[in-house]
Amino acid sequence: MSRPGGPLLSVRDLTVVLTSGQPVIQDVCLSLDPGQTLGVVGESGSGKTTTALALLGYARPGMRITSGELEISGERVALTDEKAARGVRGRLVSHVPQDPSTNLNPALRVAGAIGDVVHEHRPRVGVDSAVFDILERVHLPATRAFARRFPHQLSGGQKQRVLIACALVCEPPLIVLDEPTTGLDVVTQARILEEVERLHRDRDIAMIYVSHDIAVISQVADYVAVMYGGFVVEQGATDQVLSRPRHPYTRGLVASVPDHTAPRRLRGIAGVAIGLEDRPPGCPFAPRCGQSVDRCSVELPRLEHVDGRSVRCFEAGRTPPIARGDAVARHPTDGGDALLSVEHLTAVHRVGRQTVVATDDVSFRVHNGSCVALVGESGSGKTTIARAIAGLHRPTAGRILLAGAALAPRAQKRPLEHRRRCQIIFQDPYESLNPRVRIINEVARPARVLRGLSKKEAASEAARLLERVRMPADLAAVFPGELSGGERQRVAIARALAAGPDLLVCDEITSALDVSVQAAVIELLDELRASLSLSLLFITHNLGVVASIADYVLILDQGRVCEQGAVDRVFSDPQSPRTAELLAAAPVLRAVL
Amino acid sequence: MSALRFAGTGRGRVGLVILGFVLAVALLGPFFAPHDPAALVGAPGSSPSGASPLGTDGLGRDVLSRVLWGGRSVLWLSLSATALAFVVGTLIGAVAGYSRSLLDPLLMRLVDVVLSFPPILFILIIATGVGESELILVIEVAIVLAPGLARIVYSATREISVRGYTEAAVARGERTSAILAREILPNILGPLIANLGLTVTFSVLLIAAVNFLGVGLQPPAANWALMISENRDILSINAWATVVPAGLIGLLTIGVNLVGDAISHTLGVAGRQAPTLTPGAAELTPAAELVR
Repeated sequence: MSRPGGPLLSVRDLTVVLTSGQPVIQDVCLSLDPGQTLGVVGESGSGKTTTALALLGYARPGMRITSGELEISGERVALTDEKAARGVRGRLVSHVPQDPSTNLNPALRVAGAIGDVVHEHRPRVGVDSAVFDILERVHLPATRAFARRFPHQLSGGQKQRVLIACALVCEPPLIVLDEPTTGLDVVTQARILEEVERLHRDRDIAMIYVSHDIAVISQVADYVAVMYGGFVVEQGATDQVLSRPRHPYTRGLVASVPDHTAPRRLRGIAGVAIGLEDRPPGCPFAPRCGQSVDRCSVELPRLEHVDGRSVRCFEAGRTPPIARGDAVARHPTDGGDALLSVEHLTAVHRVGRQTVVATDDVSFRVHNGSCVALVGESGSGKTTIARAIAGLHRPTAGRILLAGAALAPRAQKRPLEHRRRCQIIFQDPYESLNPRVRIINEVARPARVLRGLSKKEAASEAARLLERVRMPADLAAVFPGELSGGERQRVAIARALAAGPDLLVCDEITSALDVSVQAAVIELLDELRASLSLSLLFITHNLGVVASIADYVLILDQGRVCEQGAVDRVFSDPQSPRTAELLAAAPVLRAVL
Repeated sequence: MSALRFAGTGRGRVGLVILGFVLAVALLGPFFAPHDPAALVGAPGSSPSGASPLGTDGLGRDVLSRVLWGGRSVLWLSLSATALAFVVGTLIGAVAGYSRSLLDPLLMRLVDVVLSFPPILFILIIATGVGESELILVIEVAIVLAPGLARIVYSATREISVRGYTEAAVARGERTSAILAREILPNILGPLIANLGLTVTFSVLLIAAVNFLGVGLQPPAANWALMISENRDILSINAWATVVPAGLIGLLTIGVNLVGDAISHTLGVAGRQAPTLTPGAAELTPAAELVR
């Protein structure tokens, strides 16, 4: 795959350890030709950000690069030598960090932020002309007024463009982008990705694109390196790796990605991602792997060439092709009784003396046993609707009916039966469980309060429900601090089920989870819904998730419903331009199946 | 039990030893005092000798005996003032922080009013109006200390009351008292206990200061704080009479602070929550570091 003249970049034996000696990433080898893009994909804790930073010879406080050599444009640099690595930064490699909102100094104007980099690395170039040139290149207004703006006067997408401008201004042959679109809404994300593509094409810049989003990677990268537990487990041409993975983790990851263009039932990867402290001596994926043999848990496989790519697996030959998931069975969405009807709901937020309309005249119904999805970007009012239904936000107008009876605006004023039948699950798994209450007691509480069970009955009910959401029994007595995000969200689901509800309001419950865990949670919800005849109101910004679970969908834009209908109809034939825009912008896993 | 794990930390152990020593002096001291703390045993301001190992004070009383007797009132006054301040401050802060009604601005503006008084002036005014006694002194000090605690509890409560578990309890329709007791109070213990040491310190110093001004305890009562002010005139003749009680007050505050720190640290570790919302969002990169 290398062109004459050898690769632009090659990294060998990159290892970063904690000061305690615990390795964070081990023996990472990457190589990249000029003008190509390498995607580094992995879930939280896989070491992908550490890898990205180490390519610039930088390790975060508490970490140390113990080995690694970078060869770029014919220059060799030992990454262990921070002084030497500094000579490379900006000139040969530059970095676009994640989270544009915290990575721009709020006290520096746009011109100052970009000018700093110019000043440091190209002192002889006129700062002004360089700033305007680069603003134009990243499609920002190259005006004096814009260059004088502070970060708080920019939108999220503009901030990210400024960061990209900072990385490009010294014209390095390689830039490292670390989750550059995480935290941006999909439409902005799509524009930034377009921008990255264009710069890549026009300028022949090589890129290393780090992301947890395998769909984004499939769109931008020529080659992909899949990381798990600090190792590269599979590396090769993107199309080849993603359409016929040879490592069981890659296969599981690809199968977990929801796709709104080809809805199917999701299958997650069992178990939880490995933490830094409990990495086994053998293959890091062995504890979650369906095809592991005895050898896997004691001996670390080497990266070996299999089928045109490198794979770190003894049993790579046995990895089956990705099976296409079952089609999603949609429930009928008309006729029958409505369990929940929301009629002309309007709600506002007060910010200081101003009022902001969060939800404007929204009406919809959730039928018994069906799943309705509310979709929209942040600020579209979808969470406010969930909170109004749960009795946590007082609507300014409109009615909410549960099985025909009007719900009081505040939960405290609702009769017990109403509070029991409708349960809410929150977005952030790290804030949804009381850190000072053991999880068995947390789950037992609604059974006691809302169903009047005795302490003993509630405890056995809680144990039953924890088993139902597939929590190991030995975790019942632990505090939430010891659980992973996915486990916490299962406990939150069990807590909601403990009330014996008819309706579950799920507010972005998978958006903080890794994709393999998200798939497992959705799989669980789908199964619970069928076996307990639950109705779901599913709030999300992820169209792929909607396609794999919901029957009916409402697209919200700035508090208003811009389109609603059966999922298959809305996704195949969108009527509103906003829906079409969202559908076009949502990343899709390319080249699979 | 997780609450006692602090004793295993270095800070906690050192703090416990220091605190134990001061408590032993204060509580057991009177049993070992060679003289009556009020008795005149020698020439005023005499240097240490066999009969008076720390010398005598300005009136000729035995300094060692007065040190051994003088800890109890320092302890009980400052600890009871602190306890009262914690109860009142927590109650005001939690109720104001949790209620989204008119109670919030009412209580918090009241707190601001009390905070805006210079504390010593405030105590002097009340003492002039109401009179002087140890109980009144405790109440006065508690009133001075409570607003600061109320503000800490208030902001911590505001933060906890929008967390998912609190909102889940609200949606279940639980009573406000149950929500405060089960969801909120256990989760604001960290910042509260971190302030325990500082509050005890402040109340000891405040009591010493108003004593110095002649309010509160009166001679001949033996009290470390009072001893410092009584004996400042003979500092050049028998320094022990001020240095020893001052040192013990210093040790008391250091010990309480170390223990408080250690407890809130272990609580913090036990209740530590990953701050990340999106996968990888916690992995913020110090971008400035890379530009260089």
